[in-house]
Amino acid sequence: MNEQVNNRYTLNKQLAQMLKGGVIMDVTTPEQARTAQEAGACAVMALERIPADIRAAGGVSRMSDPKMIKGIQDAVSIPVMAKCRIGHFVEAQILESIEIDYIDESEVLSPADDKYHIDKTQFNVPFVCGARDLGEALRRIAEGASMIRTKGEPGTGDVVQAVRHMRVMNADIRRIQNLRTDELFEAARQLQVPLDLIQYVHDAGRLPVVNFAAGGIATPADAALMMQLGAEGVFVGSGIFKSGNPQKRAAAIVQAVTNYTDAGLIASLSEDLGDAMVGINEQEIQLIMEERGK
Amino acid sequence: MCKHNLTIAILALQGAFREHQQALEKLNVSCFEIRQSSDLTRPFDGLILPGGESTVMGKLLWELNLFNSLKAKIEEGLPVFGTCAGLILLAGKIESAVPHLGTMEITARRNAYGRQLGSFQTHADFGGNGIIPMIFIRAPYITAVSENAEILARVDGNIVAARQKNQLATAFHPELSEDLSVHQYFLNMIQERESA
Repeated sequence: MNEQVNNRYTLNKQLAQMLKGGVIMDVTTPEQARTAQEAGACAVMALERIPADIRAAGGVSRMSDPKMIKGIQDAVSIPVMAKCRIGHFVEAQILESIEIDYIDESEVLSPADDKYHIDKTQFNVPFVCGARDLGEALRRIAEGASMIRTKGEPGTGDVVQAVRHMRVMNADIRRIQNLRTDELFEAARQLQVPLDLIQYVHDAGRLPVVNFAAGGIATPADAALMMQLGAEGVFVGSGIFKSGNPQKRAAAIVQAVTNYTDAGLIASLSEDLGDAMVGINEQEIQLIMEERGK
Repeated sequence: MCKHNLTIAILALQGAFREHQQALEKLNVSCFEIRQSSDLTRPFDGLILPGGESTVMGKLLWELNLFNSLKAKIEEGLPVFGTCAGLILLAGKIESAVPHLGTMEITARRNAYGRQLGSFQTHADFGGNGIIPMIFIRAPYITAVSENAEILARVDGNIVAARQKNQLATAFHPELSEDLSVHQYFLNMIQERESA
């Protein structure tokens, strides 16, 4: 039994490995899902409203209508992800029952529990969770997350928080790598994470799961920036379908993620993309989603 | 014995290409990544098409101007090894979809085991070389092969590995397990060709 559980967790981490070097796009309709797949998305995130609209609408934001998610599952061959609220394990059970490929326990929705995250070890489907630093990432992994993404600040079109979170994560990892082995116990205590995960980071110099960038990515240059900072792939939420030419922008971001060090290519990809999403600066936003769930 | 040290090119447009690099490093074989057409100027003895999303790789092959050159090289006899999405890229027929490189006379069924809940690991014989671990992630399988292709492995009656001359395809991911025998089989294919 235990071996079976381990096996399932390994398989779930391995699905994230297959997504690497790819772009996961937020979509709200089957048509958008097909557009995303044709543009080269390696997976889609099915949700009723993209983060920019959640921000604009205000109020409580919940898991999407399962019927709408199923419509998107029927429309594409690539993996389909969906979001549940932090701590809302019944929303997660529902998503598992409709055979979602990945659940995002997401700070973009209103948290259902201000203390506990979902015990993700109780599920057969994989989970991705947001993190701003190594401590958050390893706490989510200890709870059973098989993929991590930066939180960024969703729905803003401002990449500054995603950059900050990726830099902090990598600096934290470098710091752990440089510790003496007798210092790891104290590091685990300070970060409030299991020792074996700290040991893994110390030895491997990386998270034990795939790490994507998310939050505020709006241009091919933003995506390439996150890749050069060490992301293994990117989520693009509001940035695509809130822009002037979603199809073209999506395809350009996909190519920029593959050839993220080729500035000449990214320059040509950045031409004539039409209007980028307008965006909101960090100082102008009232609702700080990254503060949700630590 | 081979005339020189082998170099393998790995298509690195999207997916689990680093895992193939790690497997080849364990076998002391050098490799490099193909991300755009200028990478094709380097000489290489074999090509790996990794796991990932076939729709993404198929599209990028065109956009990055790699499609025709790679297809021509394979048709001229370049040894190629496709895993999972790589199998789909090679398949001459894909059920309810348009083929990509289409150089191999096999028919592929995408997502043949369903969604992620259908992903699994098992053990089965590979080409009479022994029982090996096989990891299937949202995997395809092969529903038909022409008389030119040889079936190398079956799981639950379904074809999960096949070879046609210079082309090798597996529905499972040898690069995710510790077992190196499928990569070694591919290297042997290359050396057979070089010594012929």
